[in-house]
Amino acid sequence: MAYSDKVIDHYENPRNVGSLDKDADDVGTGIVGAPACGDVMKLQIRVEDGVIVDARFKTYGCGSAIASSSLVTEWVKGMNVEDAMSIQNAQIAEELSLPPVKIHCSVLAEDAIKAAIRDYQAKHAARAPRSEPVTEAEASK
Amino acid sequence: MTVARPIYLDHAATTPVDPRVVEAMLPYFTDAFGNAASRTHSYGWAAEEAVERARAQVARVIAADPKEITWTSGATESNNLAIKGVVEYLAESADHVVTVITEHKAVLDSCKYLERRGTKVTYLPVDREGLVTPQQVADAITDKTALVSVMLANNETGVIQPLAEIGAVCRARKVLFHTDATQAFAKIPIDVDAMNIDLLSASAHKTYGPKGVGALYVRRRKPRVRLAPQIHGGGHERGNRSGTLNVPGIVGFGTAAELAHTAMADETARLRGLRDHLRDRILSENEHVFVNGSPQRVLPGHLNISFAYIEGESLLMALKDVALSSGSACTSASLEPSYVLRAMGLNDELAHSSLRMTLGRFTTRDEIDRVADLLRRHVTRLREMSPLWEMVQDGIDLNSIQWAAH
Repeated sequence: MAYSDKVIDHYENPRNVGSLDKDADDVGTGIVGAPACGDVMKLQIRVEDGVIVDARFKTYGCGSAIASSSLVTEWVKGMNVEDAMSIQNAQIAEELSLPPVKIHCSVLAEDAIKAAIRDYQAKHAARAPRSEPVTEAEASK
Repeated sequence: MTVARPIYLDHAATTPVDPRVVEAMLPYFTDAFGNAASRTHSYGWAAEEAVERARAQVARVIAADPKEITWTSGATESNNLAIKGVVEYLAESADHVVTVITEHKAVLDSCKYLERRGTKVTYLPVDREGLVTPQQVADAITDKTALVSVMLANNETGVIQPLAEIGAVCRARKVLFHTDATQAFAKIPIDVDAMNIDLLSASAHKTYGPKGVGALYVRRRKPRVRLAPQIHGGGHERGNRSGTLNVPGIVGFGTAAELAHTAMADETARLRGLRDHLRDRILSENEHVFVNGSPQRVLPGHLNISFAYIEGESLLMALKDVALSSGSACTSASLEPSYVLRAMGLNDELAHSSLRMTLGRFTTRDEIDRVADLLRRHVTRLREMSPLWEMVQDGIDLNSIQWAAH
């Protein structure tokens, strides 16, 4: 199968490979897929004031899966969380010119960013009763 | 300036035609272009003579009589003709076929076709090494069994089945025995009498001959095997397979068979040396790597290996200067990982992570070393990118995780 130039570029020079501390308060982690299906994506975001300031991924999967997750990390940096939530797989597939048999790779990347955002939101929903913002005095205790 | 071509490690898929084979074929396109069935002039006689010479060359590789060779368009047709032909011919007395789940699709799909028309088919499982036992075959045979079909060597793993022992079982039970020898023909010794083989499929292009020509060995004596033809017409090939013979192709097959057979002992030793060198380098330079299939009973040029926590297609993409294949779903139209590896008990993840490297006549040690270098570099790179590798490094058991299938 011939890959598009953009897939090859992301595969050979993946953006934002790595991990963030999944236990950190400002980090959301999404892990989607299954080894048995041939692809697993881990996508992480770090959020400040509702804006995604950093994103990292690790992907087990074909070149199109690696490229899809690499592209999404590139896109979401600097986006606010609501906008990132509205990323559609079709945009990813179009940007990378994925053939029909590889559309599932873009679906997985969409699922991964949504899962990361939900994880971040869940962490903060759980903390909601505590009044925010935390003052400097409290933080230094 | 010449552009470097990718290193070719996919000889199980096909091989280049040996220049000596091309040389032998050329006159039969132009000067000696006759129809081998033309009995009335010298053009036909010359073609017929060339076809009969090739028939003897192919027969010699498997210790058969030339009259027992039927020309076909390739091993897929040979498998179709053997399986459908025998079952149709014996339809009044038998309605059962025994085969193995790791067979090539040409065998499996022929069996499925027969199943839809009422034939019963037993698909024998294989063990962890990809092997089936003679006892399994013996237990599966009934008094209604028409045919047992077991491949000699597997296309994905190169695993060699205990054919002589299975042949003995079939002969004792008076059941016809077919083998798909596509991968093994002229690569390992074959003796149809000693192994009690009644039908054998082979193809020219796996052994440095042209594509589009194959053969089916059909035993003539003790027992005489009869087939219902699958292609009807002028009654060529003793009525087994009609159609004007592909004379240049057949001449090429004969020449290729003789060349490979003559050089077999030396070539086996050379290929095994290269393959073992490649395998040993990969195993010593990378962790969590597993060789698939029997380590002893394997074709000399075959290596099927799984790189855990790396998906096969991404590894193929990294090895863009090497031509090879993977058991990964992503490389198949069906999106299913290799059914052969799964039948051997590999989990889906390791099946997705497999590479097949098949060496051949023109493979050099330098090429092998370059491939091993590339693998070491990219296996490391892709694992650094793999969330599964990260989890394993963190001591997480991947089987303990509830994965969502998608």
